[in-house]
Amino acid sequence: MIEIKDIKKNFNAQQVLKGISSTFDSGKCNLIIGKSGSGKTVTLKCMVGLFEPDSGIISYDGRNLTEMDFTQRKTIRREIGMLFQGTALFDSLSVEENVRFPLDMFTNQTEEEKRERVNFCLGRVNLPNTNKKFPGELSGGMKKRVGIARAIVMNPKYLFCDEPNSGLDPKTAIVIDDLIREITIEYNMTTVVNTHDMNSVMGIGDKVLFLHEGLKYWEGTKEEIMKITDGELFDFIFASDFLKDLRRNAKY
Amino acid sequence: MYWKEIFRQARDIGIGSLPIIAIVSTFIGGVSAVQFAYQFRSISLVPMWWIGSIVRKGMILELAPTVSALLLAGKVGSNIASELGTMRISEQIDAYEIMGVNTPAYLIGPKIAASVFVVPMLVVIAVVLGIIGGWGAGILGGFFSTTEYFRGVQDGFDGYDVFIMLVKAALFGFTLSSISCYKGFTVQGGAVEIGKSSTQAVVVSSIVMMIVNFFVAFLLL
Repeated sequence: MIEIKDIKKNFNAQQVLKGISSTFDSGKCNLIIGKSGSGKTVTLKCMVGLFEPDSGIISYDGRNLTEMDFTQRKTIRREIGMLFQGTALFDSLSVEENVRFPLDMFTNQTEEEKRERVNFCLGRVNLPNTNKKFPGELSGGMKKRVGIARAIVMNPKYLFCDEPNSGLDPKTAIVIDDLIREITIEYNMTTVVNTHDMNSVMGIGDKVLFLHEGLKYWEGTKEEIMKITDGELFDFIFASDFLKDLRRNAKY
Repeated sequence: MYWKEIFRQARDIGIGSLPIIAIVSTFIGGVSAVQFAYQFRSISLVPMWWIGSIVRKGMILELAPTVSALLLAGKVGSNIASELGTMRISEQIDAYEIMGVNTPAYLIGPKIAASVFVVPMLVVIAVVLGIIGGWGAGILGGFFSTTEYFRGVQDGFDGYDVFIMLVKAALFGFTLSSISCYKGFTVQGGAVEIGKSSTQAVVVSSIVMMIVNFFVAFLLL
């Protein structure tokens, strides 16, 4: 479980996060949603330690990340996998080298063990026989899947996904969502997904946190979110007039 | 992993820069020989075999290290800054950090270590090719014989000159790589900023190298 308490973050004079608190349970897909500029990415980057919050607590199963030095954070970071919005695959490395990079860096596994683990992870994301390809040769969906394979190769306890569906067609987006959900349940990971894709919310949102202007505006499940009838969240979910009318005329 | 990265960088910087260093230094040696021959012709008291000595001294003490370093600032410096800048913008550096990799040690350290190691090697090659270029130009122009030229090359050879050359080259390697790494690593923004950081890396490292060059000459000569 990951717990954040009263996270605040300023960039120069601009207050981006104004005190956000929530808990993210293990074995579940926890979604952070909100409009562009609402503070989703900053929240996620604070949670993984890429940004230092100005105040507040970020706790990984009781271990306070904000009080840790670089060496102590290393331990937690090796329990974290992250899928970046632009995948952040290393251009100069092949698919296999990308996925095995953390194994080379942090484990003493034999070549055979590493090869087995890489092939297992690539197989798990349905990308067999792509080992020798380079990121530049892959489609957007394939890059995302390599990103997921790299994120899970160290068997992480926590998985973070920043806009996993951005730039993907709706069908591929569903494939990626399903993959994230399956992996979360299979490995009982605490998964936190940043998204503004309502299909993802309805597909994998075990818990949904809606941010608005740097504040937690609403928190609940995907079932509860559909009962919203007005306010900022309603405008976000039913962005078009067509959808708003459809919702207002619905029976529940 | 770190050694592997150092060798990869050394290969990229060294072998990747070899053609341009070879071509430029050969012609610099050749032009030096022709220019001195042109001037010595009007002073008939100066023997032509001195040209070998002057080309050697000039290449070792100044031309090879300085010209090579300026070329490398343009080629390697801009490459390093744009590579790291692109990695920063495309979140690859963030990806390393999430994994727990010490990014300055892994991404910057090997580049600086490789530069400090490889630039002196390139400068040695530049000196040799510059001297050969001087010989070729002299023979083509009929200014001196092979025996005369290599008598000059060997005359008054001082190992201390080579020491100064190696010190300069190592300092140039450190300067150009560290400034370029800093410029690339700290990029914020997008493609325009990467271009700017790449240009700044070349300009700033070239200026700093000339200042370092002056102080090395001032202190060691």
